[in-house]
Amino acid sequence: MTTVDKEPSMVKQKEMIGAHFDRLSTARDDGKKVVYTFVPGNLTELLLSFDVLPVYPEINALQSAMRKKSGDFITEAERLGHSEDVCTYVKCDIGMKHKGNIGPTGQVLPKPDLLLLSYTGCFTFLKWFELLREEYQCPVVLLHTPYQADGEITPSMREYMIKQIKSEVIPALEKLTGRAFDEDRLRELLKLSARAEDDMVSVLQSAKHRPSPIDAYFGGVYYIGPMFTAFRGTQGAVDYYSLLRDEVEGRVARGEGPITPDGPMTTEKYRLVVEGPPNWTDFREFWKMFSDEGAVVVASTYTKVGGVYDFGFRHDPHDPLGTLADYCMGVYTNRSLPQRVSMLEHYVREYGADGVLVNSVKSCNSFSAGQLVMLREVEKRTGIAGGFIETDLVDARYFSAANVKNRIESYLQMIQQKRGGHAQEARP
Amino acid sequence: MDARQTVEQLVAQADALYHDLDFAAVKAWRARTGGRVVGCLPTYSPKELIHAAGLLPVHLRGGGDQLEIIRGDAYFQSYICQMPRGIIELALSHRLDDFDGFVFPAICDVIRNLSGIWQLLFPDKLARYLDIPQNFDVEVGGAFYAEELGRLLADLEKLAGHPVTDEALRASIAAYNTNRRSVEALMTLRADKPWLVPADEAYLIIRAGDVLPVEEHTAMVDRYVALLPQLDRPVRDHSRVVVSGAFCEQPPLGLIKTLERAGCYIVWDDMTIHCRFIHGDVSTDGDPKLALARAFIERAVESASVYSCRGSKGAELCRTVKTSGAQGVFFAAPSFGDPALLDQPMLQAALDQQKIPWTAFKYAENLGQFQVIREQAGTFSDSIRLWGD
Repeated sequence: MTTVDKEPSMVKQKEMIGAHFDRLSTARDDGKKVVYTFVPGNLTELLLSFDVLPVYPEINALQSAMRKKSGDFITEAERLGHSEDVCTYVKCDIGMKHKGNIGPTGQVLPKPDLLLLSYTGCFTFLKWFELLREEYQCPVVLLHTPYQADGEITPSMREYMIKQIKSEVIPALEKLTGRAFDEDRLRELLKLSARAEDDMVSVLQSAKHRPSPIDAYFGGVYYIGPMFTAFRGTQGAVDYYSLLRDEVEGRVARGEGPITPDGPMTTEKYRLVVEGPPNWTDFREFWKMFSDEGAVVVASTYTKVGGVYDFGFRHDPHDPLGTLADYCMGVYTNRSLPQRVSMLEHYVREYGADGVLVNSVKSCNSFSAGQLVMLREVEKRTGIAGGFIETDLVDARYFSAANVKNRIESYLQMIQQKRGGHAQEARP
Repeated sequence: MDARQTVEQLVAQADALYHDLDFAAVKAWRARTGGRVVGCLPTYSPKELIHAAGLLPVHLRGGGDQLEIIRGDAYFQSYICQMPRGIIELALSHRLDDFDGFVFPAICDVIRNLSGIWQLLFPDKLARYLDIPQNFDVEVGGAFYAEELGRLLADLEKLAGHPVTDEALRASIAAYNTNRRSVEALMTLRADKPWLVPADEAYLIIRAGDVLPVEEHTAMVDRYVALLPQLDRPVRDHSRVVVSGAFCEQPPLGLIKTLERAGCYIVWDDMTIHCRFIHGDVSTDGDPKLALARAFIERAVESASVYSCRGSKGAELCRTVKTSGAQGVFFAAPSFGDPALLDQPMLQAALDQQKIPWTAFKYAENLGQFQVIREQAGTFSDSIRLWGD
């Protein structure tokens, strides 16, 4: 295995995450309250304004998969009666709880004091926290985010969200912490969010350069990490994204390609847009299937699952509750299929992609149902050929490395043939 | 014609409607009235709105075990449930050409995304996703839902070509109240004297309401319920069971028959919960949209597609077992049917606490082999009859 020199932003991110899990491990002793919530439609700034510590079960699940522990957890959940058909994030989380609730840093995660059920873009979330409510016997506060079925946010949808935040979420947090809602504090946090969001968008959009200085899928999941989890609204996130932006701009200036598992990519041969979450159980191997072929992902939809920022949305401190509502309703999986198709079409055109590849995961119907129709529509609109592979999020039983590799290589060969056999560099 | 012959005729009529995937009855209604047709996906749609607009609401399922899926499989991955393939197949084979609009209620991500597929594939048809509220405060979720109903009604008015008055909507609410009462009467008879009401017959009679205008369906159910006590049907030594989890994709009719043949009287099920989704009547006073919203917020049944915030999970299922006199529960869920499957561990725990026996199996709407389930059902039935309390 090649050792990759870590850039300062990588080191900083690792420190941030480590410090967060340290805080979680001592939360009880420190008198801190812990709130479990989900990445899509998270209200991190609001939680931080109450000084509570957020935990994101999806992140724990994917971290477990990357540490090769998810298989045991899923087996444990299935032994407890959870169906083999359902979301493996849920089973991984429940299995992890039953096996000691050891988090990604090896420390025991605290039990939740409150479950903030941000029901945004994924039906399974609803069931997941019903299950956790039974597991932990703790209170739940629900935030139901209306779906953008017609590709728009109506005043009624916005009003519904704000009413829920005011009448349900904030009172629940006030009761939990014994302190009053501080709107000025929330505004300050939202200001910091917007600054970090500017830099993150700049990083993601750097992939329009040739060669792309980033991989916007495999690398992208690291870049979105702080923004989508416990750090949005903090000075730490502002500093991280500023640092990351400087590094990426440096790579652009030097004409360098993205960092890969084997170091910087020297020759960019294929530029792809990817729809769907990655597989986490074999993440590195999966990434290498692309990078070994000189394929770089220039845009991905998964990096919009915790917020779509590259079409102009920023958290607005002048309208603190309204902006939280807009953010929740705007996340990728809360958008209609026609909206998702338009985003993919935009990415293909704006980022000069050679192809669109769908990684369809068994666990996630929110992403997966309809992807075949979406792919055909994108092909029709852009004239480029689409590719399709199937894996799972955190269940290694559904990651068939040979099949996936074969499909990716075949797809890239098809792109090459469509170019007239010129595989050396991506089209200008 | 005696009672037996009339019942046989009613069941034959319902059976013909069940098996007609070309929707001849819908075409006939359309030809007779000149009206337009709106398909409703599972589980619950406020059909009162459609009815009030003078449109025919038709409850759509998939293709069951009668339709060969030729094109539908190209639209969904192998790990997506069977029903949406059947619905796509029906549409692509032009069986839904007489439908002018479709309502996709918020039940799961697959039905939600099917609304988007419809927008992409059939842009000339109305495809309305109905966001069912998961907040059960009348002032919050209720107000939002009333607005959603208003948006749906505006679409339906466009389809109908005329506005819908509050008076018309109240009349439709009354018609569906009557229908719910009739269906509940059938369910009550089923629980009281299950030997009179074979599960497949009850299922067919209730499902006739999927395509018949509500008034016709009410008359059919009433007639059936009135005639049953006149029949001399033998009382068998069957166990009494509840079937839970089959509220969306439906088990094949053969599977329903199989469960009874295995020695079980099905005294309650959620296969046809869509027409009993509200407990009791919807008010016909005041603003009718608010009345529908309030009824849903305050009196919707416990269902996997509705967030459980009213007490402990499974409490309603346990009550249903007790009130229907059931001795056990079959968890019958469609393969990859997320809402039902994710619910099961919680419901099973609630039953365990009450010492109510249960067993579980999965099916698909096009399942063709029932032997394994028959053996499982038979063993379960024997066990609760021989060793149950």
